[in-house]
Amino acid sequence: MAIPPTTDIAHVIELTLNVNGSAHRCVLDTRTTLLDALREHLHLTGTKKGCNFGECGACTVHLDGQRVNACMVLAAQADGRAITTIEGLSQGETLHPMQQAFIDCDAFQCGFCTPGQIMSAVCCVREGHTKSDADIREWMSGNLCRCSSYPQIVEAVKAGAGAPNGGQ
Amino acid sequence: MEPFTYARAGDVQDALKRFGERTALLAGGTELLNWMRLGIEHPAHIVDISRLQDLKGIESIPGGSGLRIGALATLNEVALHPRVANDFPALSEACLKAASAQLRNLASIGGNLLQRTRCPYFRSDEVLPCNRRVPGSGCAARHGINEKHAIFGWTDDCVAVQPSDPAIALSALEADIVIESPRGTRRVSAADFHTLPADDHGIRKHNVMDDDELITSIELPWAMPNSAYLKVRERESYEFAIASAAVGLELHGGVIRKARIALGSVAMRPWRLSGAERNLQGLAVASPDARRAIEQEFAAARALSNNAHKIAIARNAAWRALQLAAQRAEGGAA
Repeated sequence: MAIPPTTDIAHVIELTLNVNGSAHRCVLDTRTTLLDALREHLHLTGTKKGCNFGECGACTVHLDGQRVNACMVLAAQADGRAITTIEGLSQGETLHPMQQAFIDCDAFQCGFCTPGQIMSAVCCVREGHTKSDADIREWMSGNLCRCSSYPQIVEAVKAGAGAPNGGQ
Repeated sequence: MEPFTYARAGDVQDALKRFGERTALLAGGTELLNWMRLGIEHPAHIVDISRLQDLKGIESIPGGSGLRIGALATLNEVALHPRVANDFPALSEACLKAASAQLRNLASIGGNLLQRTRCPYFRSDEVLPCNRRVPGSGCAARHGINEKHAIFGWTDDCVAVQPSDPAIALSALEADIVIESPRGTRRVSAADFHTLPADDHGIRKHNVMDDDELITSIELPWAMPNSAYLKVRERESYEFAIASAAVGLELHGGVIRKARIALGSVAMRPWRLSGAERNLQGLAVASPDARRAIEQEFAAARALSNNAHKIAIARNAAWRALQLAAQRAEGGAA
């Protein structure tokens, strides 16, 4: 839902969102979350709005290289920091190894949670939490999949971790 | 969410100066944003403290084995810090068993202590009887949905529980919460930080903090490598506890010298088993007498209409956490 326009200058903030290597100057209602800024203002709709309460993980993005729920961050807090979304993972037409692994392992059905799963999985590998299936399940538990593709997601994270460049 | 102004504090003193009517401090944001969405809080001004580097460090306290943790250290930073993992395993485990990897990258250890109950009536987006939301409106959970509610320290006015995992470990590790205000610095023991519904602080308060106070750090007075946190929940990961137990232990030849036991999700504060802590001294850790010392504490437990199972779960969690800490003690001595 779009945030209603406000004319009250006290409730507006001017900021820079550095998304996928590009700087975007924005003027936003202070209430705007990073998630809404990405989707409604920068039109990067790959990041999904599931619960908007920090429970489902569909909005997972990287903030200064760490995975976070974009619905739990005010855009104002992300001012000037490095943000990576699902749109920033591929190199042109070449998919990121983790994206390819999710396709190869059939790790989604409806696909709504998939961008968040992949963003979380990239960090899961980077953090070294892929020592066992149990380790992956524990460190991927913040991403819910209502289609319950969990076994395939675990396989995809393993495959992504085993890719030539370590899934990065 | 109602409109608010947004400003970043330059330092702690600046943050304290900005306190005023309807002003909220923003750290990790994982609670405040949801409170605002639900109408639990509606600040007119938000002061963002999340960039204050002074509040982020984790450092050894000189002259001993203690550790000072900055209030803005994230749960993942606390859990994975080598000194926490080695010397305070109960705290490391409690942090790792809280929330999800993503939330732990946002949530601060100081903010975690300020989280409020997960009671569904308190968190409802429609107005339901809850004395914490609307004073005098009653407690819908008293005879309603109360499977996850209190077995200790509740009143007819509120039967909720404090859901923090780290708070339980900090209580057993005898930590101090360091609090700053325009009046200076004060320390509150983690065991005394949260308040019960019958306390003088009033039912709407979750803790002893005044409106113009800020947590700056948490101090662990001495290393407690023989400590453990055990969390029982409906699923293995990313879920609040049915009950949990933190134990800090000093053991000599299998005999307890000192035990600190705190239960989680059974009351509005970490529930210390003070009687058992006294009675366990001098007992063999795995003995029937030790088991009895813990069980005696549960004579005071009072179940609600739907949560009698929590008494057995909490009792067993306390016993299992004690044995887990004992294994570490013996492993460490070997």
